[in-house]
Amino acid sequence: MPNGLTVAAVHLRVSALNEFQYRSNFFLQVLQSLIQVVSGLVVVALVYDKTSQLNGWDRSELLAAVGVFTIVGGLVRAFIEPSILQLMDDVQEGTFDFVLTRPVDPLLLVSVRRLNVWQLADVVVGAIIVVVAAADLPASFGPAAAAVFVALLGSAALIAHSMWLAVACCAFWVVRLPYMQNLFHYVGRSAQYPISIYPAWLRIGLTVVVPLGIAVTAPSEAVTSRLDATTVAVVAAVTIGTVVLSRALWRRGLRRYSGASS
Amino acid sequence: MAEAASLVARPVGNVRSLLALYRAQMRIAIVGTLQYRVYNVVELVLMLSEPLVYLMVWRIVAEEQGGEVDGFTPARFAAYYIAWSMVRTFTQSGSPHNWERQIRDGRMSAVLMRPMHPIHQDVAHWLGFVIARVLTWLPAGAVLCLAFRPQLDTGPVQVVAFVWAMVGALVLRTIINDVVGIAAFWVTSIAAIGSLMQVVELLTSGRLVPLDLMPGWVQSVSLVLPFRWAFYFPIEVLIGPMSGAELAAGLAAQGGWVVAMAVFFRVVWRRGVRRYGAVGG
Repeated sequence: MPNGLTVAAVHLRVSALNEFQYRSNFFLQVLQSLIQVVSGLVVVALVYDKTSQLNGWDRSELLAAVGVFTIVGGLVRAFIEPSILQLMDDVQEGTFDFVLTRPVDPLLLVSVRRLNVWQLADVVVGAIIVVVAAADLPASFGPAAAAVFVALLGSAALIAHSMWLAVACCAFWVVRLPYMQNLFHYVGRSAQYPISIYPAWLRIGLTVVVPLGIAVTAPSEAVTSRLDATTVAVVAAVTIGTVVLSRALWRRGLRRYSGASS
Repeated sequence: MAEAASLVARPVGNVRSLLALYRAQMRIAIVGTLQYRVYNVVELVLMLSEPLVYLMVWRIVAEEQGGEVDGFTPARFAAYYIAWSMVRTFTQSGSPHNWERQIRDGRMSAVLMRPMHPIHQDVAHWLGFVIARVLTWLPAGAVLCLAFRPQLDTGPVQVVAFVWAMVGALVLRTIINDVVGIAAFWVTSIAAIGSLMQVVELLTSGRLVPLDLMPGWVQSVSLVLPFRWAFYFPIEVLIGPMSGAELAAGLAAQGGWVVAMAVFFRVVWRRGVRRYGAVGG
């Protein structure tokens, strides 16, 4: 049985090499990233034109949050969206059989075989925004804080992956979900701003129903030095919860999958 | 490709057959879309997250500023964004990339052989599609109204005008997408033009914030571009208040844009089809 890490590394390399052929796509992707970011920044600019605080968040802090949102969005669109869409296509077409016959854990294979390297431009753009915003923030950012930030980004990626895996598993039952890309887009939009500015009912919704909200908020709070133990505990619980739930759904879905007729 | 040009769709010119096409295509789209019950509901709920987030943010701003921002109270923001969600549902008209793919794949050759201009099929399809989607939206819209208590300044005339404005908005948006899409007759990838259009649309159509909150120069620019009439105008009509004169002027402007874009499309189309060379097929 090939080592899971080797499989992942090979797929990563092949995908990257494939994408690197189309260098113009990089510039197009940067253009797309800037467009996404422009809408976020325009709203921030307009909001802070009329007020100086948004439920305790000032302009630099919200800007940092927008930057974190862009980073997570880039990670999702680079690593998660392509593979989830491919999974759903495969289940619908029956070509999922080819995944199941490989000598690797199907979940691992499904998660690493497609990636969209140029979407990582979003991660770069987001990081730039965070750095620019953080320059205005009073608190300093030591190595410990940076480690926490990276860890929270990691849990955000994990939550996003589990969430979308759970949605993709619906394909095992419902088979066809058209225009899935739209769903990615909408869910992404809902996590734009830190959920701590919202009323309680929306905060809970964006923690439990669409956990991407808390996933993006936690690293934003880390960057703006507002992170507290409760949030970390909630994020940990949500991460574990989504991972466990999605794995359970995956196993049940696999059992149900009857494959393409021979 | 002279052969393709000679086979170019000649509009049949018969109004009855055009109506028949629209009726048939719309029915197919409605039935086809309504099949995906689970998906429609899931997509609707997720789509609502965008206006909900904007609404929450602006309500907070309004409350922090003592109850209103530029004349918008929380109740008016609620009206704006609930109407936003309905208009957004009703103005989904695919993307220019559909045309790009058809042209690149060579499927456009088959489409060109039909007796009716393909734009009619496009408009009819999206009209059916959005009608089905709006049917799914209505219960959600009712719940939103109960939850957020929007402030509406609407009379029966405005409601009728609103329906007309929404259809006009959809047709306008479809034609704009199609014009961008047929740029694929000249360039292999319309991604750059599409992205540029996306940005301008985002900023001048009222998608992000009510146009009244945008700086003056943006509002002026939005008046000379079509995007406002494909999104903001129907919302304005529904949430009011709008005088009869403003209503008439707005509907005339929207109609003018539809005609202008349709003429522009026709000119570009004729030139594009003459150039059309398929890759295989």
